[in-house]
Amino acid sequence: MSKEEVVLLDFWASPFCLKVKIALDEKGVAHEGREEDLFGGKSELLLKSNPIYQKVPVFLHNGKPVCESTNIVGYIDETWPSPPLLPPCPYGRARDRFWADFIDKKVFDAGNKIWKTKGEQLEVAKKDFIEILKQLEGALGQKDYFGADSFGFVDIIAIPFTSWFYAYEKYGSFKVEDHCPKLSAWMKRCMERESVAKLLPDPEKVYEFVIMFRKMNGIE
Amino acid sequence: MADEVKLFGVWASPYSRRVEVALKLKGVKYEFIEEDLSNKSDLLLKYNPVHKKIPVLLHNGKPIVESLVILEYIDETWKGNPILPHDPYQKAVARFWAKFLDEKCFPALRKAFSSKEDEQEKAIEEASELLKILENELNGKKFFGGDKIGLVDIVANFIGFWLGVIQEAKGEELLLTHKKFPILCKWIDEYVNCSVIKENLPCQR
Repeated sequence: MSKEEVVLLDFWASPFCLKVKIALDEKGVAHEGREEDLFGGKSELLLKSNPIYQKVPVFLHNGKPVCESTNIVGYIDETWPSPPLLPPCPYGRARDRFWADFIDKKVFDAGNKIWKTKGEQLEVAKKDFIEILKQLEGALGQKDYFGADSFGFVDIIAIPFTSWFYAYEKYGSFKVEDHCPKLSAWMKRCMERESVAKLLPDPEKVYEFVIMFRKMNGIE
Repeated sequence: MADEVKLFGVWASPYSRRVEVALKLKGVKYEFIEEDLSNKSDLLLKYNPVHKKIPVLLHNGKPIVESLVILEYIDETWKGNPILPHDPYQKAVARFWAKFLDEKCFPALRKAFSSKEDEQEKAIEEASELLKILENELNGKKFFGGDKIGLVDIVANFIGFWLGVIQEAKGEELLLTHKKFPILCKWIDEYVNCSVIKENLPCQR
């Protein structure tokens, strides 16, 4: 049987790429990661494989590209079914897809507004961000993970964005733990998982990246 | 036990229509409940507390929301006439195009038709670029789904029907011309003539 070729066009700070890396690790699928230079010049392969968005992550399975991070995680779950990330029943799957969609549409944009704004706008951004996290706490309920019984699809979609929380806390002068203790507990629980512990980037480094990015874009 | 299926929607919404198309394609009997978006019902707010939007599918009392999530749920629950391909790669491709339509195309198309005069030219150009991408994706196929309509065709109903209606209402072919987009226009003809779609065209009020 010929060896499978699994490649990920990656960027270390990207929570979108991290979702894919965690999913692959949870499935025990080896892959070749290729770090893209997003500021210096995107690779030919990236531009060819994702011509519409020209963004990472791009997942290449035996040369065939899959784009959009949550879509990639879904593909990985269906291609390597064990252990399953989504529950078996359609209703549970629909619930998980709903929360994945909610997280994708809300968390990163709301959090990033905190370091992009000042004064009154920053306070509004903080309030909106915390409100979104509280809604996630509602989804978590009394469970240990977003997945019905165990770490699963929604946990993999959500945990990468938490690597940026330290940066938001620094710029917003607040702590997520003070407002969302349940979510904080969930974050700590996820960090005990081997895949998350070894793959989540150092939040200090992400904070430094945000500082650099702000400077680069003239945000004061 | 008979399935109880209800759909909270709005007749004019492409998002609620796309769910109806999927249900009809699968031969699922359902009750349609028209919502007044200026005065949302208690039931709607109860079943979709997070977004408070239509469509909401209620299956044996359990709510499913967000039209793309609903379409996947329908496909997984009622197996006849599949909307998504079986192969994981083809499925991922279909999901990619569905998201592209919802997140890029429709906002751009809406902008093109609602922009003020000085901004309209730029908005139309941006929308044209996106339609060109769709045109290229269709090339050679009868439908986005191949020989039969699939997820992407159902999601593209805004283009399939509403775009033509909007252009007619405005009295001119602003954007979607046969000359510029021959393949997409042919797709619209096939789409509109597809029987399941025919029964689901809102009348041109």
